[in-house]
Amino acid sequence: MVQLPVKATLAALALAFVVPPPALAEDSKDPIKLTLHDWTGQLVSAHIMGEVLKKAGLNIEYVQADYLAQFAGLKTGDVHVAMEIWATTGKEALDEATATKQVENLGETGMLAIEEWWFPEYMKEQCPGLPDWKALKGCAEKFSVPETAPKGRYLGGPVTWGGFDEERVAALDLPFEVVHAGTDAALFAELESAYQRKAPIVLWIYAPHWAPIKYKGEWVAFPPYEPACYTDPAWGINKEKTHDCGKPRGPIWKVAWSGVKDKWPTAYTAIKGFNITNEEMGKLVGAVDLDGKKLEDVVDGWMKENEGRWKKWIGG
Amino acid sequence: MSVAAVNSKAVDIPARVNPTSVAMAVFAALALLAFATGDSVIPAWMRELPRSWQLGLDSGISSLMKWLVEQANFGLFTFKEMTRAIAAVLNVPLEVATAFLSRGLQEGRGSAAVQLAPPLPWVAVVGIVAALGYRFGGPRLALVAGGCFLYLAVFGQWASAMTTLSSIVVAAPIGIAAGLVCGVAGYRMPLFRRIMTPVLDLMQTVPTFAYLIPILFLFGFGPVAAMIATIIYAAPPMVRVTMAALSAVPREIVEYGTMAGTTPRQMILNVMLPAARPQLLVGVNQVIMLSLNMVIIASMIGAGGLGFDVLTSLRRLDIGRGLEAGVAIVVLAVALDRLSQAYAEGARRREAQGDGRTFLLALAAFVAVTYFVGLFLPFVATYPEAFTLSTAPWWSEAVRWITVNFFDFFDAIKTFLLLNLLLPVKRFMLAQPWPLVVAALAFVGWRLGGVRLAALVAGLALFIVLNGLWEFSMVSVYLCAIGVLFAAMIGIAVGIYAGLNPRAWRIVEPVIDTLQTLPSFVYLIPAVMLFKVGDFTAILAITLYALAPAVRFSAHGIQQVPEMLVEAGTSMGCTRRQILQRIQLPVALPTILLGVNQTVMLALSMLVITALVGTRDLGQQVYIALTKADTGKGLVAGLCVAAIAIIADRLIQAAANRLAAQRSGASHAA
Repeated sequence: MVQLPVKATLAALALAFVVPPPALAEDSKDPIKLTLHDWTGQLVSAHIMGEVLKKAGLNIEYVQADYLAQFAGLKTGDVHVAMEIWATTGKEALDEATATKQVENLGETGMLAIEEWWFPEYMKEQCPGLPDWKALKGCAEKFSVPETAPKGRYLGGPVTWGGFDEERVAALDLPFEVVHAGTDAALFAELESAYQRKAPIVLWIYAPHWAPIKYKGEWVAFPPYEPACYTDPAWGINKEKTHDCGKPRGPIWKVAWSGVKDKWPTAYTAIKGFNITNEEMGKLVGAVDLDGKKLEDVVDGWMKENEGRWKKWIGG
Repeated sequence: MSVAAVNSKAVDIPARVNPTSVAMAVFAALALLAFATGDSVIPAWMRELPRSWQLGLDSGISSLMKWLVEQANFGLFTFKEMTRAIAAVLNVPLEVATAFLSRGLQEGRGSAAVQLAPPLPWVAVVGIVAALGYRFGGPRLALVAGGCFLYLAVFGQWASAMTTLSSIVVAAPIGIAAGLVCGVAGYRMPLFRRIMTPVLDLMQTVPTFAYLIPILFLFGFGPVAAMIATIIYAAPPMVRVTMAALSAVPREIVEYGTMAGTTPRQMILNVMLPAARPQLLVGVNQVIMLSLNMVIIASMIGAGGLGFDVLTSLRRLDIGRGLEAGVAIVVLAVALDRLSQAYAEGARRREAQGDGRTFLLALAAFVAVTYFVGLFLPFVATYPEAFTLSTAPWWSEAVRWITVNFFDFFDAIKTFLLLNLLLPVKRFMLAQPWPLVVAALAFVGWRLGGVRLAALVAGLALFIVLNGLWEFSMVSVYLCAIGVLFAAMIGIAVGIYAGLNPRAWRIVEPVIDTLQTLPSFVYLIPAVMLFKVGDFTAILAITLYALAPAVRFSAHGIQQVPEMLVEAGTSMGCTRRQILQRIQLPVALPTILLGVNQTVMLALSMLVITALVGTRDLGQQVYIALTKADTGKGLVAGLCVAAIAIIADRLIQAAANRLAAQRSGASHAA
């Protein structure tokens, strides 16, 4: 059922031959299906987890799936493990899924999702005062295009990401218009193009991701987020409106079908143990996306360097 | 009222003002008035029905779905168990195909699986394809088909391409068989046909994203679900073609069959289907091409393969790699298309070429030898990685160079069009209150096709209104209308030129083939780099995708003008320009209109894709519903897209019929 490049499959098979899996009576022999999405960070997390589970003698399988469409599969047990569900983008779907009791949140990955307005470094010259958000008020025209003039253009994420940018613009009285990109590929395509031409741009960027590694720039410094900012109008600078602050930062969770606990107890504890930091992930993603290394090689390298760590996850 | 009667009246009394024109002028004046007055005059309920008046169909569908998945029961087994069983059955041929082509024969599953036998070596697959090409179409086709597959190996796309191919070789035959059965049933039973026709319309116009979630729930996650979505999308042309082809079987053949005393079953199987074979193969070809169109969407729900490569490459902005994977899809499509076409055309020639069995034996021997050799010589089994080529860096650099150097130039064009065409049209469309639009549609429907057509288009428009999606629909109409306008202007011009000039056609044809099979995502991302996120980029994508039928049909229309007519024109001393204007264009017009019709359909099917670059239309609604797993909302928005498509289709067809009737009326008079 898995569509892996033949090489990876062969490598996996070779591994299966060379290292005879230690017998674990309580774990099922059926493959545990880990989902793969279309961004490198997630591929790295999933492959690290997969390799670790293999070392524990478990049978695993990678399945390509859409980030949000996968919840349908997690609920029914068609797929079993999703390694990266971001509090910032997937919370709604996750809450809905865990409420059915068919899906279980296996805790934080250790990575912290950052999402915020971001600008390339060269904009500091054109708009002095950045990264302080108040500077944006003065140089909105620098960011404007015919569709939004005289207001500035802020490129937001896909509508499905939420983010309350319209509310933020209104509450902080920023002379900006929010334009939503349809996908994050489109988002970064615009950044790439602007960066190549040193053209003005302010947009939604998230981390861990290769973009803040590849491009020099900074997050806009809004008043820091507090839960009250989103609920209590009296909070913050604007006494009448909510959302007069930056975006919350949130954990990235590991999520599994609720049957995993009984069917593969070893895997269950191993996935719970999985832990990696933003910096580590940034480096791994950079090695794949910017240096053009092979995903398998990068994951192998990590496995060799961190043997002590992952052995603990599988209780070895 | 018959068309001819209207026409003759208009001819008889030229002095009297045509009532139709008056009505149209009134509608136009009202529309302009709505545009000018703005929000103050038109009551809010004419823009969007208040929530309490809406049908609430979406929540109904969602709860029906929940019931189907969780509770529906036939006594012995549940509905879900039934769909899962179907999925398990469909999984068998898929497993066989992947075993042969991509994964080899395995014992067990997942990473613990042990490979018992490797898949077919690449040399064998290229050989099989080339041999089939030789058999169906001679050395040239052998070169083309073999070359296509060689490309896949040389450019490092082999593994993914074989994954994609194995799902196509299963999905396409199932789609073809299902289409054939439904088509025969539709031909035999008029009632079935009447039920089937609107269902087919929906299958072709409801965007796939809209029914992806229910399919995932019912059939499970993975390649099988992707295959079912592919079949739903790709089978309708086969049904249509089968019904049309059976009806077109010459009466003599049927009578001969009757005289020979055939049973109804023999009649269909042994007489009519063989007689209809050439047309049926056109349907086969369509199924294959449409299946390849689904590769990207299928990869989103676990089909993997080339579609997944395109998506991941573009997410890293590795445009070159994305393009190479996209081109691999085109190459696969070209090879399969040319092979199936040659098979359709060359049935007779093949018999002359000698014994089929010798051919098969020779091929089997070749495969066996390469397979055996491949076990010992790895480079025969898998193409050595050291010899793969990649043009990816070159493409990425080219895109970068264009963005850096030509951005301002393109930006100026974009700004001009935005300010002078796009934004005014958008504002105009959004200013229209729905009662006016529904009335105008009903009137046009009535004039073109009578009361039934009027009721149909007005009803479909009201369906959109009642679901509270009017504004999103108007944005969709605006995007598609401008996209179709551009596509028709460029496409008809190019098509006419290519129709007159066979040498140009030879260049144009592969270009439009590529445009139709290259996943639009591949050019959407570079387009964003040049034109930023927004309506303009969306319209550009729609135009590019919808161009192909406009070109194809216009060219065919011109090519099919009887030689006699052109010669008659020449002998009367017409200039080439006069021949084109007075003879070729009028004769080709109904065909060109059909091309426009197809252009509209393709433009609408692009709506969901354009949502990926951030439009605020029905496509976006479908996409949001997909990401929130909201079955009802997605299906309702999808049905609204279908409603727009059916309205456009019926009106254009009625107009084309009317034109054809007028012309034949005129030629009778002459």
